[in-house]
Amino acid sequence: MKYDVIIGCEVHVQLLTNTKAFCSCENRFGGKPNSRICPVCSGLPGALPVTNQSIIEYAIRAGLAIHCRIPEITKFDRKNYIYPDLPKGYQISQFDMPICEHGYLDVTTSQGTKRIRILRAHLEEDAGKNTHSEDGSGLSFVDLNRCGTPLLEIVSEPDIRSPEEAVAYVQGLKEIMEFTGVSDCNMEEGSLRCDANINLWIYEDDRKYATPIVELKNMNSFKSIRSALDYEVIRQKEEWEEKHITLDQKGKLTRGWHDKSGTTVLQRHKEEAAEYRYFPEPDLRPIKIPKELIESIGRNLPELPEQKRKRYRETLGLSVENAEKLTSSPELASYFEKAIDGYGGDVKKIANWILTEVMAVVNDKKINIKDFAIEATKVQALIKLLDNDVISGKIAKTVFTEMVEKGGDPDQIVKNSGLVQVTDQGEIENVIDQVLKDNPKSVEDYKAGKAQAQGFLMGQVMKLSKGKANPKMASQLLKQKLDAL
Amino acid sequence: MANITDLSLSQIKKELDGNKLSGKEVVLAFKQAYEADQAHKTPLNGYIEFFDDAEKLAEASDARRKNNEARGLEGLPLAIKDNILIQGKIATCGSSILKDFRAPYSSTVVERLKNQGIIPVGRTNMDEFGMGSSCEYSIYGPTRNPMDRNKTPGGSSGGSASVVAGKQAPAALGTETGGSVRLPAAFCGIYGLKPSYGTLSRYGVVAYGSSLDQIGILSRDPDDMALLLEHGVGTDPHDETSAALDFSGVYPLKPKNPKGLKIALPEEFMGEGIDEVIKNKVTAFASWFEKQGATVESIKLPILKSTVAIYYIIAPAEASSNLTRYDGIRYGFRDEKASSLEDLYIKSRSQGFGDEVKRRIFIGNYVLSSGYYDAYYKKAMQVRSILKQEIAKVYENYDLILSPTSPCLPFNLGAKLDDPLAMYLTDICTTFVNLAQIPSLSVPCGTSEEGLPIGIQLIGKQFSEINLLSIAKTWHQEEGLKQ
Ligand SMILES: [Zn+2]
Repeated sequence: MKYDVIIGCEVHVQLLTNTKAFCSCENRFGGKPNSRICPVCSGLPGALPVTNQSIIEYAIRAGLAIHCRIPEITKFDRKNYIYPDLPKGYQISQFDMPICEHGYLDVTTSQGTKRIRILRAHLEEDAGKNTHSEDGSGLSFVDLNRCGTPLLEIVSEPDIRSPEEAVAYVQGLKEIMEFTGVSDCNMEEGSLRCDANINLWIYEDDRKYATPIVELKNMNSFKSIRSALDYEVIRQKEEWEEKHITLDQKGKLTRGWHDKSGTTVLQRHKEEAAEYRYFPEPDLRPIKIPKELIESIGRNLPELPEQKRKRYRETLGLSVENAEKLTSSPELASYFEKAIDGYGGDVKKIANWILTEVMAVVNDKKINIKDFAIEATKVQALIKLLDNDVISGKIAKTVFTEMVEKGGDPDQIVKNSGLVQVTDQGEIENVIDQVLKDNPKSVEDYKAGKAQAQGFLMGQVMKLSKGKANPKMASQLLKQKLDAL
Repeated sequence: MANITDLSLSQIKKELDGNKLSGKEVVLAFKQAYEADQAHKTPLNGYIEFFDDAEKLAEASDARRKNNEARGLEGLPLAIKDNILIQGKIATCGSSILKDFRAPYSSTVVERLKNQGIIPVGRTNMDEFGMGSSCEYSIYGPTRNPMDRNKTPGGSSGGSASVVAGKQAPAALGTETGGSVRLPAAFCGIYGLKPSYGTLSRYGVVAYGSSLDQIGILSRDPDDMALLLEHGVGTDPHDETSAALDFSGVYPLKPKNPKGLKIALPEEFMGEGIDEVIKNKVTAFASWFEKQGATVESIKLPILKSTVAIYYIIAPAEASSNLTRYDGIRYGFRDEKASSLEDLYIKSRSQGFGDEVKRRIFIGNYVLSSGYYDAYYKKAMQVRSILKQEIAKVYENYDLILSPTSPCLPFNLGAKLDDPLAMYLTDICTTFVNLAQIPSLSVPCGTSEEGLPIGIQLIGKQFSEINLLSIAKTWHQEEGLKQ
């Protein structure tokens, strides 16, 4: 059977503004239920929303980063529906005049790079959360803390042709939202949520048939996005083979992904719930967006991950792999950039040190790089000690371990613990002489042509010098002495 | 000196400022008037509650005055419609669904007035959520017209009009969405001001039709309105639609002579459907203006005929959305016997709302639903913007629009209760003002032969309310006081 997979994504990202979208409550995750609310976000009678200017600016920043057009005027609308976690009985959203339109995102998969068009991105407010007791009491609870949290809903065109592409698209969006500081995109806390519309175009008897569109919800990780879409492709294929139901016959359905069972489950027919009775929000004035504002946000747009990777490869000379790794989060990229700031040497060394030594500690401690205690400038100082032959690579690791454990400055640590590398030729020769004297068997082996004996002897030299001998000098001198014997 | 309860708000201010009266005496006088009326065989029923703490607040206010800390509105009593929140007080909007709702915060206007020394003396009866023209659609029963207790005081701010005309308060706050201040003012023979949309903050006013709602003032003297406006206006950071107005120094009003004014009299409100007695009063009022040196011209403004129709699309549309929050989940009435979420919504809302509110929620949901949106809501909004343009055109050539406030005299209680359409038609002269978001002052212009009050509106361009009041002051001094 020949078919195409047609996927469009609706991604919600929570904006990292200080306050909520339409009131002055702090915009922060969690808290005791109903502790972060006010008359406005809890929908008390008489309360009125007031647009937080920052949500406009954040949305423009996000929109420009995904190449959207920002219109001169935007407005809010009410999306009406009744649910306990929606205290006003409507969600303030945007219907026909979204703040961002017609952008795109280039995504790279095993099939190469492809452009996914973005239809629109609009602002709206988040709802609260309902919880249901599991103690048999039948009680349900409503927590309104999340109400009024600003969201940007980014809607793609149905340009995505595989589950792999869908994941790459969402990952790409996540990266951009993180690098522009628009959102922290924490999927576990729900600050990035993805719904996907998927169906198949099946080519049979020289005709094209579209299967019913399924809106997939409840995918809380990249893994579940991938699994849910994979599952849905197979399910729709099987359903087609069995029942031959087309989009025209059935329309749009909503299915939820269940991580545990690894299946999607029918939630409801879309059209039954689609009556939102949108109308312009009379409590808020339409917003004129000055050209100057768009331009100034555009000018101050930070370097996006794709541009960064390119610069790391082409200007800094990093490998594709390292460039990729260093841009995996804005915090890591920023750490790297601080570490190489003003450094005159080979930045690859710093890149390697961060990706191996620093990340080993960060991963071990399960912390974010931005919370790592050793400042990036100290990593540069440490690498400079290496560059200037003040310490050896081995000592550098010891110094780094001490920096991690006790803090402090690499120069100071090296000075205080007498770890300064020995570069005095006489001193190194004394050590070598002692080693040669202590290991006559290995010397014999070397003379007999066993090259690896030199390695062993070198190890002994470093051991005896407590790692302080300059390895390059020690190695040269050892060779000279062996050959002279 | 006259009875305290006969005094206007500005006269009371004079007496208090001159230390001729104490705040406590004033509050007590109105309280006694209210209590005396309660003993009447058909009480006016203007107040839902006369506040117990009013006396205490008056005592504190008197102490302040003694310490020379008197503020602009020190010790002045004010009645407040039951949909304007006062922190700590119940606010029901005349509805079962909010019967026990105690406001956790104050509306901006009440807050501002209180900060200047106003003493809220009680909350007044109203048609449920402001939906009605007779003050009968309330769980607290109908309010009566002090001029004739068998008649309606008009609605929805009927309680506010009744307590002011009935001398139980010198002035009151009401709210308007389509005439709810002016109609009761006209029916009760007092002044009723609907300021421009944006003049007074809507924050803390329970929403009915958000693009139309506005706090209004009912009093027996235009100066009282200037006094309250002076301290009530100004940009409110809680209301994006509030205007940056500065009315400092407008009180006391400087009377404005109508000489040279050009006044438009729309034919649409002087023809069929308007009571002859009222038309005659409008003509008499127009002659007064002409005598003062103004010119009055009849104009044709056919769009005015559509305004009730579009009003009864836009207001219910917004209301249907605004009232969804009364769902029995977080506050207000909940049917505890409900068996599921949907059942809880249905039972709580079915019992919590009265018929007129339900009717408007149905209309609102209908005109917004897909398939009907374009034919109703969208079209109504288009007509509304044409109306605004046409009104603007009128003001290019005229200073004022003059029209009856009500097409009919105060009617008997119960007369239109079961005829919603007849009830809606009492709004034909008022709704266009809300749709156009302009100010209008209903001026009491005498009575019919049987003594029923008649009100006539002075309608100005946006934010010209002080001008309207200044003109009205001239009339008040020359004619109004004679009545
Ligand atoms: Zn809030």
